[in-house]
Amino acid sequence: MGRKLLLEHINEPGIETFDVYRQKGGYRAVEKALKTMSPDDVVEEVKKSGLRGRGGAGFPTGMKWSFLAKPEGVARYLVCNGDESEPGTFKDRYLMTHIPHALIEGMIVSSYALGANTSYIYVRGEMMPQIRILEKAIEEAKAAGFLGNNILGTGYNLEIYVQPGGGAYICGEETALLESLEGKRGNPRIKPPFPAIAGLYGCPTVVNNVESIASIVPIVNDGGEEYAKIGIERSTGTKLISASGNINKPGVYEIELGVPVEEFIYSDEYCGGIANGKRLKALVAGGSSVPILPANLISKTVTGNPRLMTYESLADGGFQTGTMLGSGGFIVFDEDQCIVRNTWNFARFYHHESCGQCSPCREGTGWMEKVLHKIEHGHGTMEDIDLLWDIQRKIEGNTICPLGDAAAWPVAAAIRHFRDEFEWHVLNPQESQTRNYGLAHYADPLATVVQ
Amino acid sequence: MLSVQENLPVEFSATLLVKCAEIVSRYPVGKQKSALLPILHEVQAEFGWLSTDAMDKIANFLQIKPIEVYEVATFYTMYFLKPQGKYALEVCRTGPCCLVGAEKIMKHIEQRLGVKEGEVSADGLFSWRGVECLAACGYGPVLQIGPEYTFYENLTEDSVDQLIDTLRNKAKEA
Amino acid sequence: MADEVVNFKVTIDGIPVEVAPGTTILNAARQIGGDIVPPAMCYYSKLEGSGGKCRTCLVKVSKGSEKDPRPMPKLVASCRTTVMDGMEVQNITSPEVVEARKGVVEILLINHPLDCPICDQAGECKLQDLGYEHGSEGTRYEFERRTFERVDLGDKIQLHMNRCILCYRCVYVANQLTEQREHGILYRGDHSEITTHIEKALDHDFIGNVIDVCPVGALTDKTFRFKNRVWFTKPVDAHRDCPTCSGKVTLWYKGEEVLRVTGRKDEFGEVEDFICNTCRFDTKNTSDWVLEHPTDVEKESVIGANHYEQFNLPPVIKEDEVLQLANAEQLQRTERLK
Repeated sequence: MGRKLLLEHINEPGIETFDVYRQKGGYRAVEKALKTMSPDDVVEEVKKSGLRGRGGAGFPTGMKWSFLAKPEGVARYLVCNGDESEPGTFKDRYLMTHIPHALIEGMIVSSYALGANTSYIYVRGEMMPQIRILEKAIEEAKAAGFLGNNILGTGYNLEIYVQPGGGAYICGEETALLESLEGKRGNPRIKPPFPAIAGLYGCPTVVNNVESIASIVPIVNDGGEEYAKIGIERSTGTKLISASGNINKPGVYEIELGVPVEEFIYSDEYCGGIANGKRLKALVAGGSSVPILPANLISKTVTGNPRLMTYESLADGGFQTGTMLGSGGFIVFDEDQCIVRNTWNFARFYHHESCGQCSPCREGTGWMEKVLHKIEHGHGTMEDIDLLWDIQRKIEGNTICPLGDAAAWPVAAAIRHFRDEFEWHVLNPQESQTRNYGLAHYADPLATVVQ
Repeated sequence: MLSVQENLPVEFSATLLVKCAEIVSRYPVGKQKSALLPILHEVQAEFGWLSTDAMDKIANFLQIKPIEVYEVATFYTMYFLKPQGKYALEVCRTGPCCLVGAEKIMKHIEQRLGVKEGEVSADGLFSWRGVECLAACGYGPVLQIGPEYTFYENLTEDSVDQLIDTLRNKAKEA
Repeated sequence: MADEVVNFKVTIDGIPVEVAPGTTILNAARQIGGDIVPPAMCYYSKLEGSGGKCRTCLVKVSKGSEKDPRPMPKLVASCRTTVMDGMEVQNITSPEVVEARKGVVEILLINHPLDCPICDQAGECKLQDLGYEHGSEGTRYEFERRTFERVDLGDKIQLHMNRCILCYRCVYVANQLTEQREHGILYRGDHSEITTHIEKALDHDFIGNVIDVCPVGALTDKTFRFKNRVWFTKPVDAHRDCPTCSGKVTLWYKGEEVLRVTGRKDEFGEVEDFICNTCRFDTKNTSDWVLEHPTDVEKESVIGANHYEQFNLPPVIKEDEVLQLANAEQLQRTERLK
């Protein structure tokens, strides 16, 4: 069993209440930080921990914090990104539902470290029940003296508010989130300036994912060095993985970074293997935007090393043969799934969620969806496959925000690894409407494929 | 251009106005526009959808231009710009849910309610639509019903039938 | 005495220029002029916050600065990226940029109706120019294009949303020149549209400027609608004592008749002064104006030449082989049109 830092007490009845959470050692980090550490000490521990942003980009949290501008007399803000919308990802929902005080405690410690006196938790509007849960948790924490004025007699003041979104994936992008929090359309801002210089209301702002902020609690409690002992290389600590798709035990699992992917899929501690005795066909390891991998690139890297659940190992081989840990949205596809249909589905998602501000994404995502729809429904041509490849290339890297890349990568990876499944749709327009391509050679050992 | 065939004059109750004022107090002075998204939710919960009149009243309350409210209300997918069924079923249609049968569930709902996506049933009780990922992929297929956005997980055709019956009975009792 | 500002040295396509700190790559390129100026469909120097959206001005930064020579990992929007001292930028000398720009042009056109034959903007349309200079000959888009109803925004301005490229310039005009913005961008993604939500007239002394800033034929002057093709009209700069604006305009003549009035546009297609509605819509007699001189029209413009001229090499290109190579395609086009 791996160590659990976030979900240790998840099965404790009543852990969503302040009292039980406190009994289980909750809010120790607030006491420790506010009473015995300076804000810079906290930042230092986070740097030492090696914690990387859990929202998807994996940027070192401590470094992000150290970029925060601190001009005299200007308010600073911490904004928690709870706009969890990346298909395949539902860990933040789980955390906020079952152990909301972990987030509130992390918010208090992080706000203290950054010198923020007002902090916002931006939660996607669809998670109205979770918003109510958080509001209640804030009330409880305030009643116990952990929020409000002069917290624990230290002179530190903090208010936390929960802000609902309105239904827009793009608000997971930090500057779109800030726009939305200012009551505007969720159009990502053109950077620079970055939020650390001019964020919410033009003030220096840090935006962190729910899980990142919750992870600050064990880092402060046990020290950054202890945290960094867990995991491998630059993938330190534990990570919540949202497992979905055709597996026996979908759900949220806290893993020590470094667990082999194969173990994560097949062991009873985690996914429990592929459902209904089927075989594994493909995997999206880190949310819908990361490259999809065929079965023969999942357990082992192209060089034959076991593939591990770390930022580095999943990315091994670059986009040619690797993928990304991303947000930890682990979507498993069995042999009955159609990659073309799924790629179309994802393309529809990005088309639907494009904010429309910059042209390659606004027009290109819709174009890709239409071409994929055509191929999936048996009207495609070989040229369409090349066209798709070219459209995604024209979008990637040329947009204001990463949504363009997120829309382009899944299409690129699907064509790269599953091109013959696309071609089969083109060559067998009728048959492709009645049955799926199946596993084909996608699980064959790599050497065979190369030959 | 949004066709405004239907408008609904609304009056904000004292309770709603108190709630809106509380929301405004969460932000620094002069940044009251931040309250727009939460207030749109509150107003929609009260009236079921956002009529032009409702949006204009919000603009007036927040001292912003009406166009600023329209811009925001039309950007986000949760805001209804036309009347919905009393129960608006929103079914996730994105990848992970489709891997476990979301498309079948949507077909079933369409048949069962006898209305197409986006339409309201004759008795005014139901409408439904597919929505993008609801971040509940491990519990799919899922649907949600506002204004409290209650979740229904691991849907089967049977559980959908039961849900629809329960809601129908609830509406009768009310 | 103010401290002397130390200028930054930048090279664009190998051509050096010195600019004040804070200058964008695009404006540095405009100081050089000629073919190395990236096209800009959404940026408008007189509208704060504009730019960054159309992505036609993407360039490659092959050297970040003297201090940090690392190249930038992605192409950047030159209109919103400021120069650093020692920065080296590639525009038309970078095949990557040319290719990406071609992609943006194709993408901007997939939902455009290409109704130039009946569009009042034809001949002075920035999208036409862009397609001509940077695009491909055909499109690979085969699906139905999105369509909208035509809308009158009052009795003077017409909105053809089909033609809009969502540059946001007209929204900035309304925000920055008028007190009460009535129109904006509704919906999102490729369903976004410029509208007033409920049919409202745009009514403000300066709102007519949305016509001048619109790079395409989405916002047109109803008082000029279908009166004539712009290349059959003759532009003359004129002024009058106007209590509201500078009164400096361009009058567009057909014979003795003033068909329309616009702001005076510079070589980058931007107006010199925003003019008021009275000058624009209601003052169309020669007797209202003091005529100055025929408007200088760009050599390539169909308005001046009435036909396509041969590509005129700027002197810097004549001396530079790399630039000549980069311009090969452009040269071929003009050859074809001879």
